[in-house]
Amino acid sequence: MVPIAYYLVLAAILFSIGVGAFLIKRNIITIFMSIELMLNAVNLTFVAFAHMWHQISGQIFVFFVMVVAAAEAAVGLAIIIALFRARQTLNVDQVNLMKN
Amino acid sequence: MPTNLLTLLPEIILTVTGVLVMLAEPMIAPGKSRKPLGWLAILGTLASGLAAFYQLQLVNASGPISGFYATIQVDAFSVFFHLLISSIVLVTLLASLDYFEGPVSHAGEYFALACFGATGMMFMTCSVELLMVFIGLEISSISTYILAGFRKGQATASESSLKYFLLGSFATAFFLYGIALCFGATGSTSIGAIAASLGTTATPALALLAIAMVVIGLGFKVSAAPFHVWTPDVYQGAPAPVVGMMSTAPKAAAFAVLLRFLFNAAPMYRNHWIVLIEILAVLSMTIGNLGALMQRDVKRLLAYSSIAHAGYLLVAFTSIQQDAVAAACFYTAAYAAMNVGAFLVITQLSGYDEQARTIDDFTGMALKRPGLSALLGFFLLSLIGIPFTGGFFGKFYAFSGAIHNGHVVLAIIGLANSGVACFYYLRLLAALYARPVREDATLLSPRKLAIPAGIAIAASAVATLALGIMPNHVLNLVQRATPETLPAFSVAPAVSTLPPAAPTEMTR
Repeated sequence: MVPIAYYLVLAAILFSIGVGAFLIKRNIITIFMSIELMLNAVNLTFVAFAHMWHQISGQIFVFFVMVVAAAEAAVGLAIIIALFRARQTLNVDQVNLMKN
Repeated sequence: MPTNLLTLLPEIILTVTGVLVMLAEPMIAPGKSRKPLGWLAILGTLASGLAAFYQLQLVNASGPISGFYATIQVDAFSVFFHLLISSIVLVTLLASLDYFEGPVSHAGEYFALACFGATGMMFMTCSVELLMVFIGLEISSISTYILAGFRKGQATASESSLKYFLLGSFATAFFLYGIALCFGATGSTSIGAIAASLGTTATPALALLAIAMVVIGLGFKVSAAPFHVWTPDVYQGAPAPVVGMMSTAPKAAAFAVLLRFLFNAAPMYRNHWIVLIEILAVLSMTIGNLGALMQRDVKRLLAYSSIAHAGYLLVAFTSIQQDAVAAACFYTAAYAAMNVGAFLVITQLSGYDEQARTIDDFTGMALKRPGLSALLGFFLLSLIGIPFTGGFFGKFYAFSGAIHNGHVVLAIIGLANSGVACFYYLRLLAALYARPVREDATLLSPRKLAIPAGIAIAASAVATLALGIMPNHVLNLVQRATPETLPAFSVAPAVSTLPPAAPTEMTR
């Protein structure tokens, strides 16, 4: 059987990749995807711990996270479309109207 | 009434109001005034505030009420934040009635989203189960992401909304990872169960990581440095009344979660998390105040000021539990009163199109709008922390609590920062009463102050003044708020060092 630590380390690596991509990537859609990657890493952690503790509540949590992530994606994509219409760009470096 | 229904009564009223507003929106012909919807939302918010007051009576009579399988707990602590959040939203809605009149025909959604956002924030403060806290956090965040970009057609609006969304979701992921690790360390996500088993966990490293992650996630939400990068841009691009709301209400809710989590779920790691809080407090105060010195845009200036105030508030966390909860609750109330007031005056002075944005635009404003300028001056003085304003007692309780608990250096850094802060607040205040830099035709014809907005500004001013001259009324409530959140495990001696809520406290 695969030890529980493998899942946790994989989740931690995925989360770190998400954080790194969020900070490095310049395309807004890619940045948004890296947030989703972080949320999925959290989901994997939850499922692994739910298995470890023999508790179903960790798996229930995952469903809530997925539902909330879907709601967030709906709003987020709408905001991205509004921004693209106004500015014709998806590069965060060009989204800098507000400086002092 | 069933207990379950009773515990969530304010939230249920607000949700129903929001849904009703959404349903009624299409019935009103395009181009017609959306004010009736606004009044409906105002009535709903008022009713939810009254419901919270009713809950307070019940809590006074028979102690904390818990419902929904002990995931929701109504105590003086949660009722305090319910009242605070409903007041903030009420005042914001009153001021927004005329703000969105005319240029925007979809103002109905604005009123509904304000109700939904308030529901989420209230939900955060009364949940004792981290899953529920997460749901509340997301309800409030998603509503405010949309509200931030509500001035359609303004190029800065969508940018503000996008930055808030991206960094807000990023922070949520950290908060969620913290919850997951907490679940891993203790096998539960309920605050009571976490408190019971976090001290004896086999993996203290996991528990510490979990606490750090939760603090980072909530640190983003309260815009504590170094997680503050989104604040200036978001506040600058968002509509002024929305900024007034989102710089106070969601922050109050996030501070409530932080108080509950740190003092109730993780008191045994106090020596560890207090270091983290100290670092955040010092960084927030310093970066906030130094950043504000360099700003020319008034909303950006107040954004940096709000980072600094988050730092002052975090100083309160270094006291023992009773004092920390009382001081932090008082500070959130005082900060809400003065900051909402300041942003509502700015709403009136600059208008929907924000013709007056920079300090130069505000120069000489007192000649054209003497009353509003005087009120803005009053709110700025309160933000500085002049005696007889709410801001003074907020800082006083936060810093005195820190000093009594041996964090003298922290308090000195805070006081030095307050001195630096005087400079930029007074610069804006002096500009209001100086000779105008340029004559601007649009600013010379003052818009009439609508009655609801006038009431809202007056209410904020009265609240700021009342918190400054008779703080003991609120202090009474917040000091009573503490015992209900007291867990079975407390490492600190339970001796309150705050002055008792008596009229003589001014002399201490």
